Amino acid sequence: MADPEIKSYEPVHDNISAAVTESRSARALLMTIAFVFLGIFLLLPLIIVFKEAFAKGVGAYFTSLNDRDTLSAIRLTLTVAIIAVPLNIVFGIAAAWAIAKFEFKGKAFLTTLIDLPFSVSPVISGLVYVLLFGAQAMLGPWLKSHGIEILFAVPGIVLATVFVTFPFVARELIPLMQEQGIGDEEAALSLGANGWQVFWYVTLPNIKWGLLYGVLLCNARAMGEFGAVSVVSGHIRGMTNTMPLHVEILYNEYNAVGAFAVASLLAGLALVTLILKTVLEMRYGAELAATRGH
Amino acid sequence: MTTAPAQAGWRFKQPSVIPGFGLTLGFSLVYLTLIILIPLAGLVWRSASLGWVDFWRIVTADRTLKALEISFGTALIAALVNVVFGTIVAWVLVRYKFPGRRVVDAMVDLPFALPTAVAGIALTTLYAPNGWLGSLLMPLGIKVAYTPLGIIVALVFVSLPFVVRTVEPIIEEIDKEVEEAAATLGASRFQTITRVLFPGLAPAIITGFALAFARGVGEYGSVIFIAGNLPKVTEIAPLLIVIRLEEFNYAAATAIAAVMLAISFAMLLVINLLQAWSRKRYG
Repeated sequence: MADPEIKSYEPVHDNISAAVTESRSARALLMTIAFVFLGIFLLLPLIIVFKEAFAKGVGAYFTSLNDRDTLSAIRLTLTVAIIAVPLNIVFGIAAAWAIAKFEFKGKAFLTTLIDLPFSVSPVISGLVYVLLFGAQAMLGPWLKSHGIEILFAVPGIVLATVFVTFPFVARELIPLMQEQGIGDEEAALSLGANGWQVFWYVTLPNIKWGLLYGVLLCNARAMGEFGAVSVVSGHIRGMTNTMPLHVEILYNEYNAVGAFAVASLLAGLALVTLILKTVLEMRYGAELAATRGH
Repeated sequence: MTTAPAQAGWRFKQPSVIPGFGLTLGFSLVYLTLIILIPLAGLVWRSASLGWVDFWRIVTADRTLKALEISFGTALIAALVNVVFGTIVAWVLVRYKFPGRRVVDAMVDLPFALPTAVAGIALTTLYAPNGWLGSLLMPLGIKVAYTPLGIIVALVFVSLPFVVRTVEPIIEEIDKEVEEAAATLGASRFQTITRVLFPGLAPAIITGFALAFARGVGEYGSVIFIAGNLPKVTEIAPLLIVIRLEEFNYAAATAIAAVMLAISFAMLLVINLLQAWSRKRYG
């Protein structure tokens, strides 16, 4: 007797769910709008990068990449990322430890300050270092008399990159470590572990995927930064030219294949970043911070 | 916790058995001060030492005002475009099931991952008069590349993820029962969306708008390729800063930067207040 009743309930349930979604045509319209918008603004730019890079064939593509200045731009970009990203990893972990594991006055203010670089224009992020280290600037003359080059040299590029990528690791780890609390650490301490052991064997395994997630985003930005680096680099070919800056130079010289060939490497980096990020979200979503996408 | 004495005195830090507070906080503060605070303070100090008269003369120069207007105006329009389309995209991604949903969802973050210079040359090539989209728009009399419209297109691209990513989790959290209740009480689907669902999404949409707007105002890399950079027409404020720097006119660069920073921070503050208000109002 119970069976028909359950069956007769089904259509009613369908009616309810029909009442809480849009009509078929409205759904089709909204999906079309979304796909056309994303297609025009995301997919086409990505396609055109590779199309233009290979416009004159695979041979021309590799020839343009195998250029002395291009190779030195790639080397510089890697060098800058290798210095800047670890600096921000150490800071991110330290800041997250202090902010997430302890209660202290001014914590909210400190968290706000960490996000500050996100609301500063990249150009201004570069400008502040020009003002600090430039020839007309505060430390400029002193640095010059001591033979230290910061501006228009690698240290300046690293500093500008560190500035713009400053918040990435910290803002991924802070909410994650706050969520995890201090129970595990207290347990380890009560069992006789010292501070480093607690961090190394308890905290780090807990945050490793979140850390990787933050590092991924930090690295993508570090390798791709344009505005801030452009201001401090001086654009010396083969010396202080990073990959994004080299894209600009080649493009302005009407070397489209060359510009898009370097751009395709950066686009490839972006795609790899997105894929890894999605894999992390799918497999370890629960071990990432609740701030997905921020 | 229970053994903590009821102290009346001011206490900087709650007691804790976890070690490393001094080390990690100390390191964080030193690093933050050296990398962020001192350089920014340097900017403020330099612009203050300009003197009011010089500062005012630079800031109210015709070209500066126009550049600021272009930067803030185009960023505003781009953020509004993203409010409309970003909300639709977020809705489609959360509510509708279709093949490849994950891929599309992942793609939304492309502007975060793609270097701005790459986006700049790609968009310029697309919208140039002989480009894929430019050649389609040309017969309609619409010019995008090297016009203010081009700046808006670039800013829509770079700030696209913000609205989607702030609205998405809120749509996911909506309790289906609320919609069912509205439907049972006789609301049409349109009424349910505008009267019941939208107020709940409003704070997230405002946050997304604010983030998109802030990003757009400061954007440089993607814009300079497509804008054409004509003074007073398509010259954005960050570019004017770069131009002044290249002329070794540090004073002008500093003054414009200080104004941009001040306006950006003021707007963030206003938007934060607005958000707090809408959260209170719409719960």
